[in-house]
Amino acid sequence: MPYLDHAATTPMLPEAIAAMTEQLGLVGNASALHAAGRRARRTVEEGRERIAAALGARPGEVVFTSGGTEADNLAVKGLYWARRDADPRRVRVLACPVEHHAVLDPVHWLADHEGAVVEWLPVDTVGRVHPDALREAIERDPDDVALVTVMWANNEIGTVQPVAELAAVAARHGIPLHSDAVQAFGQIPVDFAASGVAALTVSGHKVGGPPGIGALLLGRDWTPTPVLHGGGQERDVRSGTLDVPAVAGFAAAADLAAARREEFARDIGTLRDELIDAVRTAVPDAVLNGDPDPAGRLPANANFAFPGCEGDSLLLLLDAAGIECSTGSACTAGIAQPSHVVLATGADPDLARGTLRFSLGHTSVREDVKALAEVIGPAVERARGAGLS
Amino acid sequence: MTPAPRLRVLAAMSGGVDSAVAAARAAEAGHDVTGVHLALSANPQSFRTGARGCCTIEDSRDARRAADVIGIPFYIWDMAERFRAEVVDDFVAEYRAGRTPNPCLRCNEKIKFAALLDKALALGFDAVCTGHYATIVTGPDGRRELHRASDQAKDQSYVLGVLDERQLGHALFPLGDTLTTKDEIRAEAERRGLAVAAKPDSHDICFIADGDTRGFLANRLGTAEGDILDEDGNRVGSHDGATGFTIGQRKGLRIGRPAPDGRPRYVLDISPVNNTVTVGPAEALEIAELTAIRPRWCGTPPTGPGAYTAQLRAHGEEVPVTAEAEGDELRVRFERPVRGVAPGQAVVLYDGTRVVGSGTIAATTRARAGATG
Repeated sequence: MPYLDHAATTPMLPEAIAAMTEQLGLVGNASALHAAGRRARRTVEEGRERIAAALGARPGEVVFTSGGTEADNLAVKGLYWARRDADPRRVRVLACPVEHHAVLDPVHWLADHEGAVVEWLPVDTVGRVHPDALREAIERDPDDVALVTVMWANNEIGTVQPVAELAAVAARHGIPLHSDAVQAFGQIPVDFAASGVAALTVSGHKVGGPPGIGALLLGRDWTPTPVLHGGGQERDVRSGTLDVPAVAGFAAAADLAAARREEFARDIGTLRDELIDAVRTAVPDAVLNGDPDPAGRLPANANFAFPGCEGDSLLLLLDAAGIECSTGSACTAGIAQPSHVVLATGADPDLARGTLRFSLGHTSVREDVKALAEVIGPAVERARGAGLS
Repeated sequence: MTPAPRLRVLAAMSGGVDSAVAAARAAEAGHDVTGVHLALSANPQSFRTGARGCCTIEDSRDARRAADVIGIPFYIWDMAERFRAEVVDDFVAEYRAGRTPNPCLRCNEKIKFAALLDKALALGFDAVCTGHYATIVTGPDGRRELHRASDQAKDQSYVLGVLDERQLGHALFPLGDTLTTKDEIRAEAERRGLAVAAKPDSHDICFIADGDTRGFLANRLGTAEGDILDEDGNRVGSHDGATGFTIGQRKGLRIGRPAPDGRPRYVLDISPVNNTVTVGPAEALEIAELTAIRPRWCGTPPTGPGAYTAQLRAHGEEVPVTAEAEGDELRVRFERPVRGVAPGQAVVLYDGTRVVGSGTIAATTRARAGATG
């Protein structure tokens, strides 16, 4: 069954499974002082070091969370609260409209419940934020900005943001920039220290680690107000007994994601280009969403709008034909909605309803692309017959 | 006997036990089944509200769980806009005009076996499967016929009386042959591991979640106090909006003064224009004849007058009639007078167990004197 939905989740790497299962039979709370605790702590701290090394961070900058969503919430809400509490003028949140819901919804929540004034940074037709736009937004009143949040690369259309440049603009005014790098990690270079961001989100299961664990890389200068209060296990900004097996699995996967990144990007980028060609051959009027320049998009991402089709209809037809893909990141159990990402790039709303994301990963092979090439043409034709309801 | 052909079937799954068992039976019969839950109403009690305005909660989750257990793909299709335009707006407009509509027939005609069926066919499906209790048999001439369910007590052919031959040709009702009680359907659901086995039955009108039809209508049509009159035009009480009443209704009239003869009074007529409700004794409800519009035939339309039985309400009894189609009208004469026939409701004609067709009741002729409706 061709699996073209690696951006949703990708199979665990055997090394990660081995590292994790080795831990599952062992006891030990990493906060305990006895031998079992010390052993668990050693595993956690080694994992922390490996993840830090994979991302250009120091071990003390790695805050483990339950996943990307929690890390995003901690960064966005926590930095907002801390910055506003330090200076009540700081209520402006500068955010990018193509963010994942794990960032968008906390931002909306801050506006609805915490008095935040949200300003959506303009994006161009590929969904990219330009440093000048951020500079303009900040310089209107640098003193009232609580934080900036711009993802490293987009989960739906793969557009890579100029994060280091944006972070430099924010840093000039002492403003923290958070970046959700869940999709970028393992595909393009992500170097926490070099980027200059204050906080950065990564997730285990997107890089071949287990689901249920992620991390917020957090510069030592920043102390967000906690979202979860409790034992204060992670630098007092995140509480909860650490999941030692998950840390071990995540660390093994993070290691490999960094070590294999260049080779992976090259091979998977070639396969992705073949996929784009195949779709365009079968459906000449398919519109590639996102940056057509490979340098500006994730190597494993392809996202198309199919004019006259409902994304949901295509999904059903492809599923029936054995192809597993997705319409984007919208709520998984819900009603098809036009993609907010594609809409934000200025696309026609009808076009935004007919988008499909094909995302490749470490198990992808040429046969997957061939299988898609065979069925996408007839599926689009049929979906067009069903129209837009 | 040759095995039934393997069909690509789209199973409409409401999240209830009947449609879940129907889908399971269709899959077990060897069909290639895909489940779909229709998101039909922006009802705050059944939908999560929020910026995204999506995700039905309980029902769609139940339907999805059932589909997962059966082992079939499952999708949610948003037909709320179509449903509002074709069913809810029509429902309100009918009440505004003083009639009593049946939204289930309307939904079957315009949504399940139109919008849904058309989309299903376009996507390559052969049939739509629902949890209705009715049977489809192939008649002596090879045509598909709609019949009452094997178990008359559960029969739902009345709400399907609007389906034409083409629609029937693409319909699958796996529960129609069930000679079992509802408890046994629940037991079957449980045996199949379907968690909806113990779920309570849904309300009659799915888009009025609390069952308060009058409150629903009052919200949309407003309330205006008006008079309740007797047959001679004397004021005998007041109401707060004529549109919530139904012909034949006895309860909720709140008439303080008893009738001179001391017998109960019923709603005989509703006049939204004057905002009046006319009440009278039970005999005044008796009608001898009715005219229905928008006839729909489940097969070839009959020619000339014929003897049939008619059903006038979802759970109503069957009465002998003579019926004749005249152009866009259907005239039905009752062998014996019947009571409480509300314009807007459907009259469904049967020939034995076979559904012949249906029409929307437009006017009735009283058995005693004068016309009403």
